[in-house]
Amino acid sequence: MYPLKYHKPAALADAIAALGAGEEAKVLAGGQTLLATMKQHLAAPTDLVDIRGLSLSGISAAGGDVTVGATTTHAEVAASGEVHPAVAVLAAGIGDPLVRNMGTIGGSIANNDPAADYPAAVLGMGATVVTNTREIAADDYFGGLFTTALEEGEIITAVRFPNVERAGYAKFKQPASRFCLVGVFVAKTADGARVAVTGAGEDGVFRHEGLEAALSANWSPEAVEAVTVSPDGLMSDIHGDAEYRANLIKVMARRAVAVS
Amino acid sequence: MNVGIGARVKRKEDKRFITGKGKYTDDVRVENQAYAAFVRSPHAHAKVKGIDKSAALAMEGVIDVLDGGQLTGDGIGNIICGWAVTSKDGSPMNMGPWSALATDRVRYVGDAVAVVIAESQALARIAAEAVEVEYEVLPAVASAAKALAAGAPQVHDNAPGNLIFDWEIGDAAATDAALAGAAHVTEISLTNNRLSPNPMEPRSAVAIYDAAEEHYTLYTTSQNPHVARLVLSAFYNVAPEHKLRVIAPDVGGGFGSKIYIYPEEITCLWASMKTGHSVKWTGDRAEAFMTDAHGRDHVSTARIGFDANNRITGFKVDTIANFGAYMSLFSSAVPTYLYATLLSGQYDIANIHANVRAVYTNTVPVDAYRGAGRPEACYLVERIMETAARELGVDPAELRRINFIRAFPHQTPVIMNYDIGDFEANLDQAMAAADVAGFAARKAEAAGRGKLRGLGYSSYIEACGIAPSAAVGSLGAGVGLWESAEVRVNPVGTIEILTGSHSHGQGHETTFAQIVAERFGLPIENVAIVHGDTDKVQFGMGTYGSRSGAVGMSAIVKAMDKVEAKVKKIAAHVLEASEDDIVIEGGEVKVAGTDKAMGWHEVGLAAYTAHNLPPEMEPGLKESAFYDPANFTFPAGTYICEVEVDPETGTVEIVQFTASDDFGTIINPMIVEGQVHGGIAQGVGQALLEQVVYDDDAQLITGSFMDYAMPRADDLPSYNVNHASTICPNNPLGMKGCGEAGAIGSPPAVINAITDAIGNNNLAMPATPLAVWKAIQAAG
Repeated sequence: MYPLKYHKPAALADAIAALGAGEEAKVLAGGQTLLATMKQHLAAPTDLVDIRGLSLSGISAAGGDVTVGATTTHAEVAASGEVHPAVAVLAAGIGDPLVRNMGTIGGSIANNDPAADYPAAVLGMGATVVTNTREIAADDYFGGLFTTALEEGEIITAVRFPNVERAGYAKFKQPASRFCLVGVFVAKTADGARVAVTGAGEDGVFRHEGLEAALSANWSPEAVEAVTVSPDGLMSDIHGDAEYRANLIKVMARRAVAVS
Repeated sequence: MNVGIGARVKRKEDKRFITGKGKYTDDVRVENQAYAAFVRSPHAHAKVKGIDKSAALAMEGVIDVLDGGQLTGDGIGNIICGWAVTSKDGSPMNMGPWSALATDRVRYVGDAVAVVIAESQALARIAAEAVEVEYEVLPAVASAAKALAAGAPQVHDNAPGNLIFDWEIGDAAATDAALAGAAHVTEISLTNNRLSPNPMEPRSAVAIYDAAEEHYTLYTTSQNPHVARLVLSAFYNVAPEHKLRVIAPDVGGGFGSKIYIYPEEITCLWASMKTGHSVKWTGDRAEAFMTDAHGRDHVSTARIGFDANNRITGFKVDTIANFGAYMSLFSSAVPTYLYATLLSGQYDIANIHANVRAVYTNTVPVDAYRGAGRPEACYLVERIMETAARELGVDPAELRRINFIRAFPHQTPVIMNYDIGDFEANLDQAMAAADVAGFAARKAEAAGRGKLRGLGYSSYIEACGIAPSAAVGSLGAGVGLWESAEVRVNPVGTIEILTGSHSHGQGHETTFAQIVAERFGLPIENVAIVHGDTDKVQFGMGTYGSRSGAVGMSAIVKAMDKVEAKVKKIAAHVLEASEDDIVIEGGEVKVAGTDKAMGWHEVGLAAYTAHNLPPEMEPGLKESAFYDPANFTFPAGTYICEVEVDPETGTVEIVQFTASDDFGTIINPMIVEGQVHGGIAQGVGQALLEQVVYDDDAQLITGSFMDYAMPRADDLPSYNVNHASTICPNNPLGMKGCGEAGAIGSPPAVINAITDAIGNNNLAMPATPLAVWKAIQAAG
């Protein structure tokens, strides 16, 4: 790790200021990706702004929505009785106990790793990403790999999940990293089905229209069978080529609906 | 409590290991400590045109930046392969030069070019990035088969076509004739996947130079500190042996990868002299993937012929072995004398011929890894036997039974002389324990759940305790393969055993103490095992090839024989009895049939006070012995793996794994079971998960645990471990060795089970979900 300056502000405004002042400042939340990257000399921020002193942790329910603070850990979400059980199950399956007790929802979606779990829940549930400056709908939030709608100096403060009728999540783990080779989050909402796929897309998490149409018409595992999932636009690597990932999308979608 | 042979004694060493009190190389703290970081090639193949050290040298706290020109200029020798293999045309193997720091060319990603010595580890690493190396990138090749092709990039100038040797064993003409006359011939082509050893503790070195004495001390992660000292002294010219002490303290796993002396250890020793600082280097996991010798990486085709009675008539094998960019210490022995000599398996085969081509590529050097050649042989033999059984429509257990060797000793056509075994006993025991009879019902039940259930056998044999020295010498080995031991009885009767074996997970501090405690009737606490320090133990060949029991303990037994003889002489003298009437039991030295006795400690005291010893007897009670084995030992057994495959995803679950091993005499069943569990875990890792992958430019794709799939607890089954033993006639304890059998025997059992389940025999290791799903799709 290279030498750097560590900040732990107590107020959001101070965090924003520190981010702006640093030559190459980075937000530190749970650090489960960032610190590992820094140790490998793959990232070299001049400043780390630790946002865990900003009181951004906690889960609250209001008006059918559930708001999860940005620095809420995966373990806290996994243990929550307020979030949708599918979201809790997803959080409980991230990484290992260390990751779950350190890693945060805000950190995960700010990083937007194409093999992370949370982007599937946020996009699948049609959640809203709340920052210090604005609210961003999930459909507008996720860009390509490791890319989001966040601007320089913008900090996620919370994620707000709407109520849905049913939801389920199933993932197939990459054998080495145990990240998602394919993860599918399905949600039955008043406006129809939402199906978000993580781990598979060349541009990161995405919604699958064919599966959404089929499940909107008939919310059942059998409805998935008739859908064609194209390998076009899916990743290929040593753990799975596009064709295999396409197969897994169908299998995981079916299993996600079955557990919803 | 019985603590002798056969007792499940808890491991004495575990108190310090499980309480975090182990003393590893990186725990060594010395005065004047500096840290090394290596500048490594990012290219698989390049010319080194220049090294600009100025930016690194300008950093405060950087002591020096040293390069290969300086190293070779100081007379440090090239790294060598210690086993000469001769090609079938009589020409010697083509060993290319390997300098600890590259001088003019780098040949794999991670090849060290320079070293930074700095006041802290973090600084050394940052400074290493500031060293600017000018490279002229050359074409590279990672695959051995491609390296043999016309026009392939040349890794070493003195190895045309990248061919290191083209070696054969057995009778080609007789084997061809046997195959031509066979009623049925089965062919198979397969790959034995390249593995990264991944011991828990990364390699580490602490080098200390004493300028006044011109003496070096090296703490390092070694399985064989004396061999390290010998090679560092005799070949690398670091220092003469009496000016070099090598200490291998607690070592956190080796699996073969810590047999060899690597560039980093050599460089640290030299740099400690060069800089006047003690120099420490501890590799990180990325460096382990990039520089620890890899294992396996064979591509083979084979044909096996059967007569009308399903008896094997001939077996012909062609293998290409990837050696990586340089010849590592024992690399040449692995795909030759440790591989092709085991191609007879457990079967009576009159005609065998194998041809092996060893090939340079732009990859990490390949050498022995748990099993070393025998897993490759076992995989080939047991895959082709299972394949043949399917083709012949014969039950796979029955086909093995028909062909088992049943009379011993048995001379195979490929050097090995099997001394003893009862292969059918192991097969029967495994089949009963695995409830093979109930398999069909289990398969039907699994089908009801949408799962494909399969069962696979592997009847393995391997060779341990590599020996005898004269024989291996005649085959090209540069060293003898005996072991030494010293038994020191202290004046108070406690005992120190100094052994040339080295424990890096094997539990020697317990098992070695058990045989001593049993022999002299002493509490196990009264016996200490000393190993791993060239200043304490006179010499030793170290621990690998499952040799510490059959060879290392045999040396201890020999030394104990001498101690016992002297003890009896002393007791006979003191007790005024005949030596022949003296017996040692229960901590006492007695005159048989009388109440005359001395305590064991009293004999010790008598030996050292020397007040009343027989005339002419030297004082003291300390004996040493060298033991050179008469033959290899041949552990064997049958493994049966039962799997369930999820056809939707290709996921394999091992639902039952049954082992029946013949290890000869077992000293500590608990430790032996642990070795079997660990060996099978590594074998299952090879079969299902592990694979080193290079891309077409020879860049390492699997450079971390993000892409290299190590087996985890939930990948592995509970094991059903059984023993059916025959006693080895060639060593005093009747031991065969158990350290590698699990890794040798298990991969074919797993793949045979999966291919049985999915109905497609064309499946390569590792059988990842992707590979299995593809094989299911291909089967239709």
